Amino acid sequence: MSTPIVRIRNLRKSYGSVVALDGVSLEVQEGKIFGLLGPNGAGKTTTVKVLTTLVRPDAGEVEVSGADVLRDPVKVRSLIGYVPQELTVDPYLTAREHMHYYADLYHLSAAAGEARMRELLTLVGLAGHENRRVREFSGGMKKKLDLACGLIHRPPLIFLDEPSLGLDVHVRRDVWNYILKLKEEGATIFLCTNYMDEAERLCDDVAIIDGGKIVVMGSPAALRSQLKRDLVSVQIAGSDEDHGEMLAAFEKAVSRLKVVKGTMKEGGRLKVYVESNEVALPQILQSAADLALPLHSITYSRPGLDEVFLHYTGHSFTERDDNHG
Amino acid sequence: MAEFVQETKGQLLRWVIHLWREPFSMAFNLVNPVILLIFMGSAFQGLARDSTGGDYRTYLLPGILALTAFGNSMAGGIPLLFDKENGFLMRLMTAPISRASILVSRFLAVNINTLVQCLIMLVLGLLFGIRIATGIGGVFTILFISLLLSFGFTIISLILAFVLHSHGDFFAILGITSLPMTFLSSAFVPLDALPVWMRLLAYVNPMTYAVNGMRALILSGWDIGLLVRIALVFLVFDGLVFWFGSRILSRHLA
Repeated sequence: MSTPIVRIRNLRKSYGSVVALDGVSLEVQEGKIFGLLGPNGAGKTTTVKVLTTLVRPDAGEVEVSGADVLRDPVKVRSLIGYVPQELTVDPYLTAREHMHYYADLYHLSAAAGEARMRELLTLVGLAGHENRRVREFSGGMKKKLDLACGLIHRPPLIFLDEPSLGLDVHVRRDVWNYILKLKEEGATIFLCTNYMDEAERLCDDVAIIDGGKIVVMGSPAALRSQLKRDLVSVQIAGSDEDHGEMLAAFEKAVSRLKVVKGTMKEGGRLKVYVESNEVALPQILQSAADLALPLHSITYSRPGLDEVFLHYTGHSFTERDDNHG
Repeated sequence: MAEFVQETKGQLLRWVIHLWREPFSMAFNLVNPVILLIFMGSAFQGLARDSTGGDYRTYLLPGILALTAFGNSMAGGIPLLFDKENGFLMRLMTAPISRASILVSRFLAVNINTLVQCLIMLVLGLLFGIRIATGIGGVFTILFISLLLSFGFTIISLILAFVLHSHGDFFAILGITSLPMTFLSSAFVPLDALPVWMRLLAYVNPMTYAVNGMRALILSGWDIGLLVRIALVFLVFDGLVFWFGSRILSRHLA
């Protein structure tokens, strides 16, 4: 039985007339990777800023390990590590100087700082680069150092805001592995992301936030299975102009099938939500054959968090506005 | 207290590393003082001999030192503004540190920089043949007066870093203030040579007092009465700025 390390009750925050958080409540269990998922502007970053004592809430209770963010901010700060979305490394400093800088901020002794530096730079694959200035680092190396800086004091709770934003594929995979390793060492990770695959791969629990409200919470598997629907995606060959009529006819035909729960057009593609792939696939193919549709490809899958998001918010995850996160 | 010292040391070290590895930023501030010392010193040498009764370059040096201290201290908040803009400061604020350590470390770094720059200008002056009437003790006193001037303006600069929203605004303010501050003082000409309205403004300009003190030390000798008066002026100026500054900054860093 685990205990919550983060407890938020009815959190509200407005910036002027803009409501950023509209009554958020959530709990994060100790030792888990928790994902706060949502499009940009949904309230992820504001939630993290309240938890990291950077922003004062308007109302609600926010506790980290039992310490209130308003009454005991210094205690909260000593328990957390925070790696913001944007790179915050200093190009003039070496990797070693970065680590010692943060060691001083968290009141580690010089020896402890040096030992922890070696350990962390090895973890993120930067061993051997201690004395190089960060201006010579690649983007991926900078992100890895940034991550290591947030871990210097072995925080029991680590906030990662969009940790893989803008990283190339293998750096992204490395970062995911570090996150899983931190969890093995017993840390709790609070992850903000708008990448569904990241959340599915890493998180024990997720909360989907949209418009400043938590719309649903649970493990990725539980959320998926609640939907009770699979997805068949049919891509039609040919140019965009031809697609309109063909897709409309196809959608009409498919919608008449009993196994079909819903449809959605997306470019030259028709997404068909069905109760079970196995039963629905032959019938959908038959409909396509009846209409003599030129098929490019057909894929089927279990629902992902994308579909979960769509289901609970009524709009697609990619319809983002690019306000503050 | 030990924790405060460690936090401040860590942050100060970062600024000193910047100073060391980014020598062009120092050169940037020294360009104008050096140009003034070389060109203005030479250009007005003949013209000024009658009114100042001696070597104009020697007369000018205290003004240039004051300008150096003023320019460097007023620009001192800019790196904090950059830190604010790129998220570095926000991350710093999630660490269990005293907010004051952010200001104290920057304050110390700026004034170390002021000290180094004024020393460079003094050495340049010596290379140009300028002699200091009060000798080595005078050199230390001159540097101390530069710091008294630098203290208050560093705090003003730190306030600007937190009050202003972009570094563009900051540079605009630096551009607008530096020449009037210099000309509305005794930096380049004796106060008697200024029209009355300029003289009145010069009297409320802390630079005037710094220049007068340093000039006496360079040209004539120890005038303890004058130095005490100058110390009192800066006690009031730096004290007032500190008082206002701590009120404003504690609100912005809450």
